[in-house]
Amino acid sequence: MSRAPERPGRFRTPARLRAAVGLVAVLSLFGAAACAPGSDSKKPAGDGTDRTVQTDAAKLGNVTLTIWDQEVRGGQAEQMKALNDAFHAKYPNITIKRVSRSFDDLGATLRLALSGNDAPDVVQANNGRADMGKFVQAQQLIALDPWAKAYGWTERYPDSVLQYSRYSADGKTFGEGNIYGLPQVGEIVGIFYSKDKLAKLGLQPPKTWSDLTSALATAKQGGEIPLQLGNLDKWPALHVFGTIQGQFVPADTVTQLAFGRRGASWTTPENTRAAEELLKWVNAGYFNGSPNGTDYDKAWQNLAKGQGVFLIGGSWLGADLGKAMGDKVGFVAPPPGQDGKVAATGGTGLPFTITSKAKNPDAAAAYINFITSSDAMATLTRTGNMPVVETSKQQAPAGVQGDIFTAFGATTESGRLLPYLDYATPTMADNMGAALQELIAKRSSPQQFLQKLQDDYGKFVDGNG
Amino acid sequence: MASSSTATADTARRGGTVPVSGPSRPRRRQRSPWVPWAYLLPAFAVYAAFLLYPLVRSAQLSLYEWDGLTLGTFVGFQNYAEVLTNPDLRGSFGHTLVLIGFYAVLPVLLGLPLAGLLTRAKARGLAFFRTVVFLPQVVAMVVVAVAWRRIYDPDGPLNDVLRAVGLDSLARGWLGDYTLALPAVGLIGTWVQLGLVTVLLMAGMSRIPTERYEAARLDGAGPVREFFAVTLPAVRGEVAVALTLTIIAALKTFDLIYVTTAGGPGNSTAVPSYEVYRRAFKLGEVGSAAAVAIVLTVLIFAISLVVNRIADREEK
Repeated sequence: MSRAPERPGRFRTPARLRAAVGLVAVLSLFGAAACAPGSDSKKPAGDGTDRTVQTDAAKLGNVTLTIWDQEVRGGQAEQMKALNDAFHAKYPNITIKRVSRSFDDLGATLRLALSGNDAPDVVQANNGRADMGKFVQAQQLIALDPWAKAYGWTERYPDSVLQYSRYSADGKTFGEGNIYGLPQVGEIVGIFYSKDKLAKLGLQPPKTWSDLTSALATAKQGGEIPLQLGNLDKWPALHVFGTIQGQFVPADTVTQLAFGRRGASWTTPENTRAAEELLKWVNAGYFNGSPNGTDYDKAWQNLAKGQGVFLIGGSWLGADLGKAMGDKVGFVAPPPGQDGKVAATGGTGLPFTITSKAKNPDAAAAYINFITSSDAMATLTRTGNMPVVETSKQQAPAGVQGDIFTAFGATTESGRLLPYLDYATPTMADNMGAALQELIAKRSSPQQFLQKLQDDYGKFVDGNG
Repeated sequence: MASSSTATADTARRGGTVPVSGPSRPRRRQRSPWVPWAYLLPAFAVYAAFLLYPLVRSAQLSLYEWDGLTLGTFVGFQNYAEVLTNPDLRGSFGHTLVLIGFYAVLPVLLGLPLAGLLTRAKARGLAFFRTVVFLPQVVAMVVVAVAWRRIYDPDGPLNDVLRAVGLDSLARGWLGDYTLALPAVGLIGTWVQLGLVTVLLMAGMSRIPTERYEAARLDGAGPVREFFAVTLPAVRGEVAVALTLTIIAALKTFDLIYVTTAGGPGNSTAVPSYEVYRRAFKLGEVGSAAAVAIVLTVLIFAISLVVNRIADREEK
């Protein structure tokens, strides 16, 4: 315990000092060698939209395509494998090296992979600004317009679908500009319901908003869990809120907010009503016991196990729910909004893009064309996925998949698809996820909740120029 | 190497040409002073390439605003200012301090009596218990996290048990609860670290000569008195090592948070290393991520230094 000034350690100080000086010298050497991170990506030669392309993949010689996708769930994995096999059978000169990861893992590793030298040729990139927008800005993806012209993609894909993978060449404007990717499947967020529970409660699938809210109340009184939500991973509640928002907020405003374009606001009376409606559902006890503590997959599994009446979720759950519940599960698009039109969150699956490091962009484009062709749409239908185009040409499958086809068809034809809310800004997914968890836990008011979103949106719009 | 040195020794023994003493010594002194450094060079090169360079590079990145893709802009210490002023980031450092309690303090408090029991008790099957206690250390953290995520599920085993004994009001979604998510995650850490701490302490305790215990017994000490008078003072060094290791583990917790809560609900379980990941890979704020990482590194250094200083002083 004594201060012990004669500790032997003291004598070592000069040596230590010298070592420290040496270390600093070495470190500063490293420091001097390093320059500003990143690369200045100003390419003088346009954006490459005027290149000439080769559309006959058989003439491309031996090519190995490395493809990163996130088609890991049941039916998704099945179609991907079938299409990859068919592509290789048709073009034996092109070998496919497939790397598939879950959505979360793909998103996290893509940025590093694209900036490395050994980048994949084709990647599935999330449409949002944090992903595709950033990659376009850094010129890591190439514009697909030359191939779109050559293969006729612009005729086959309606503009309302292509807008989700359009960016200006500087990556700043979302929803218009060059085409950077092509999706395979359509997605729509709607309402899954258990037919057994509706029959037991004497209810019909909701056609109007008041149908839905009164059904929730009836279910609560009947001792059922009205609405399953697994929000442990933060983002699932975005789809619930988006569905409510589509009901109260004009579709143009939602689109503007969700594409992160200037001129809209989160702190409007309409958005406040939407947030209040969600809070009302929380207060009425419509959700399962602890939505913030429940796993996303667990929520639909619970619905399949006979707990819960409704689940607001994306069409991608249809394959799994159909398998688990057979014909006991149904799906409807959200009821028409106050203007009488259906407005549902949705869009496309993750588009397939070509990286600027792709060794053979023509082969990559041929691959993308192949997996989005009319034949591919049939394969997608057969494996329980919902093709993004020519949906009505397909023979609608039975059961819940048929419901989803109907809902998507009706929404794209006579209603409106609303972009995912987290497209807006690079930070929106995280901030909105956390803010929704707080709203659901009643730790913030609708006003505080919306202010957080407005802060994020406003800061981004101001900085985006 | 072994064979050549034997050969040299053989020659020397036979009185051969190798001079053993006398004039050879000064000549050896005159060798270049750089020779020892040359021996260090290979190891240092590896150390520098995989540790020093990334460290310096992180320090450099932390002075930039960089999205990981396009050209970065120099912003000086702005990222560090943000670490200090951003309430979310400050909160994440607060959360790790709570985690230190669960990762380091609690395992040591539980591990001391447990190790005492396991070394001193004469029950059968001790090896079995030792293995059981150490097992969580062996299992990969991600596996542990996935398992506990199920245990804490609203319909998971923990809530089943609570409901079975009539404590329905306590059952909840543990990881979705704003006040309880952090302790819930912390307890997983306790469970994991307890094994390491116990085994470390047992190693220390087994070195205590039995005579000391006999002496204590003769002086009339019971098992409790014996523990405080003999065992505890003897394992101070091990306690310091255990604390250092577990505190570092607490400060750099990432996998557990990533798998169980992703920092939620809200930001109530966000920790600095998760923030580093989130900023660098999800938000594209690499500079800010590097600043958090550097602050975390400094903090780990400082806390470890303090723990070891205190232990040193007590040993004197």
